[in-house]
Amino acid sequence: MNISEQDIGFIKLFDSNRSFIEEHASPVVNAEREKAYAAFSAKGMPRPKTEAYKYTNLLPWFKAEHTQAFSLNGEWERVVESFQCNVNELDSYTIYTVNGRYCDSGKNGTLPDGIVVGSFAELSKEYPELMEKHYGSLADVESDGFVALNSMFAIDGVFVYVPKNKVLEKPLQIINILSGDRDLMINQRNLIVVEENAQARVLFCDHTASNMRFVVNSVTEGFVAESGMLDFYNLQNQHNGTVMLGGYYFDQESRSLLNANYFTLHTGITRNNIYARLNGAKAENHVSGLYVIDKNQHVDNFTFIDHAVADCESNELFKGVMDDASTGAFTGRIMVAPDAQRTNAYQSNNNLLLTNSAKINTRPQLEIYADDVKCSHGATVGQLDEEAMFYLRARGISKEEANILLMFAFAYQVIEKINVPALKDQIRELVEKRFRGELDKCDSCVVCGQIGVQQLQTESR
Amino acid sequence: MLKIRNLRAVIDGKEILRGINLDIKAGEIHAIMGPNGSGKSTLAAVLAGNEAFEVIEGSVEFNGKDLLDMSPEDRAREGLFLSFQYPVEIPGVSMTNFLRTALNEQKKYRGEEILSASDFLKLMRDRKKLVDMDSDLTNRSVNEGFSGGEKKKNEIFQMAMLNPGLAILDETDSGLDIDALRVVANGVNKLRRPDNATILITHYQRLLDYIVPDKVHVLFKGQIVKSAGKELAVELEKNGYDWIKQEMEA
Repeated sequence: MNISEQDIGFIKLFDSNRSFIEEHASPVVNAEREKAYAAFSAKGMPRPKTEAYKYTNLLPWFKAEHTQAFSLNGEWERVVESFQCNVNELDSYTIYTVNGRYCDSGKNGTLPDGIVVGSFAELSKEYPELMEKHYGSLADVESDGFVALNSMFAIDGVFVYVPKNKVLEKPLQIINILSGDRDLMINQRNLIVVEENAQARVLFCDHTASNMRFVVNSVTEGFVAESGMLDFYNLQNQHNGTVMLGGYYFDQESRSLLNANYFTLHTGITRNNIYARLNGAKAENHVSGLYVIDKNQHVDNFTFIDHAVADCESNELFKGVMDDASTGAFTGRIMVAPDAQRTNAYQSNNNLLLTNSAKINTRPQLEIYADDVKCSHGATVGQLDEEAMFYLRARGISKEEANILLMFAFAYQVIEKINVPALKDQIRELVEKRFRGELDKCDSCVVCGQIGVQQLQTESR
Repeated sequence: MLKIRNLRAVIDGKEILRGINLDIKAGEIHAIMGPNGSGKSTLAAVLAGNEAFEVIEGSVEFNGKDLLDMSPEDRAREGLFLSFQYPVEIPGVSMTNFLRTALNEQKKYRGEEILSASDFLKLMRDRKKLVDMDSDLTNRSVNEGFSGGEKKKNEIFQMAMLNPGLAILDETDSGLDIDALRVVANGVNKLRRPDNATILITHYQRLLDYIVPDKVHVLFKGQIVKSAGKELAVELEKNGYDWIKQEMEA
């Protein structure tokens, strides 16, 4: 296949910046970069006709002409300085990234002994064995051109390492801020390693702090070793000029537990690529998501649960509330390998469309090659229940309030999956605010003290 | 309190109420009886403001105001209460949140002060006793997983919480065992005051052994064809509805 002008633009950009990018990166990252470069030069970015990107065309925004965040320096501290509002802050270890760069603001507090959290650029050099073992092993540069693009330009992000038997008791909150006075493209790279019998709770808060267009191509690889536990939360509250491609790739060994929850409360265009491989017996995962969108926002959750071995369990629940002319897509791919007997895999996607112009494409894709499995999938698209609406109104509750109660009732199942009680309360509050249309007006995000910005007045799609 | 004049209503082009006339005064209990399909539940739904039905003629005055002109929520705030024949399950909306929202919206509408959280809980505790309601039911989602009897009790509990001027009980007795029926009837009787009124919609006379009506009306093919005192209910129980049908068709 011939690559496009746009792809060539990125290749040229890479060629002319390669030495700068590679200068401070670890050898492992640079070795992967070489592979990514080869893959990208051969295939480029996925075309709109590619089945996996059928419902979300990112090409209009993925352009080499954008200012690339890696070329900027020295702006970071200023942004975190202005990030003072600490209302209702979660009791957590809080760290920041600004435009994809790890930012040591001195606010991090003291981590428990032995737990390593910090700059991907720095720590990837200090832990070559971990990098050797894990980096690029899940996020495949060959199969997705966007992963290749990320791996070509990857410099920094967050590195989390929880060694054997260690427990990170408080949640680790990573606040990803997009900021600046020009349009930006960001390739952020994160790595999370939870070793044997270790536990961690990691929350990614994605925010915008200025009114520019941000195109984000972020890749996170997460590894949960035997009997390890990882709770991963992604809370997305970005303005409608944001184009966010988030790739989250998880691997689980035996008896490990993964909970991954994605909350999209505001965005421009969001595409989540969520891959979770159950790679050891008795591993279990719960992947869930809630997207609440309106105007012309777009959310596409593309999930792939890979039952590679026998005796594992997966539960998947995605729910969407869509207003105005918002559009969405859900793909739920489940693969059960030939030897993955006694697999339990459950999947469900429910959507509430509040207008005739809102649109969702939902598709379960089950590939089952074993014969002793329990798999189920279900997808629904509907409106608010009119009987319930009348019941509430007949008790004196206004139509608007009844709407909010019923939307919240629809969403609560996903919120219930949050294992950190304080976070659950705060997300419940945020979602309720979102339903009341108060989130845009809200001057700070209750989870991380994000200072809100005016909505960008541009066509986001 | 309630004045219904020549009320006609249709659903899907079919006329269900064909000219209802009814007057209810404060302090009264009226029973509306009639065979299945006579329009009893439709009358309740139309009064509560269910938009599935279309009123094509007539008027309803409630405490001097035009009821038909109001939204369902405003009717409730004006003091009208419908005990549903089939209460709706609403998973994800807690009973407490539901009732607090309803009560506060009604109070706001009437310009009354809203209840503090502790006063609200106190009121709930107090009213639960009235209908012998299990404590854990109010910790659950609205009607979710409730048995038939629990759902009906829950309707009366809501009525006790909201303290309406006019309560319409739509087949609240159907599907209730005798113990639950006593509890429900007892609740209704205790809530009775000189300034409120009740409409009991029922197919059977049994409920009227426990709640004694001032007037009994028979609804047949969308019209009230007979009105009398409580002895009419006894006659209906003994002779069924056939004699009314014959009388009407003769």
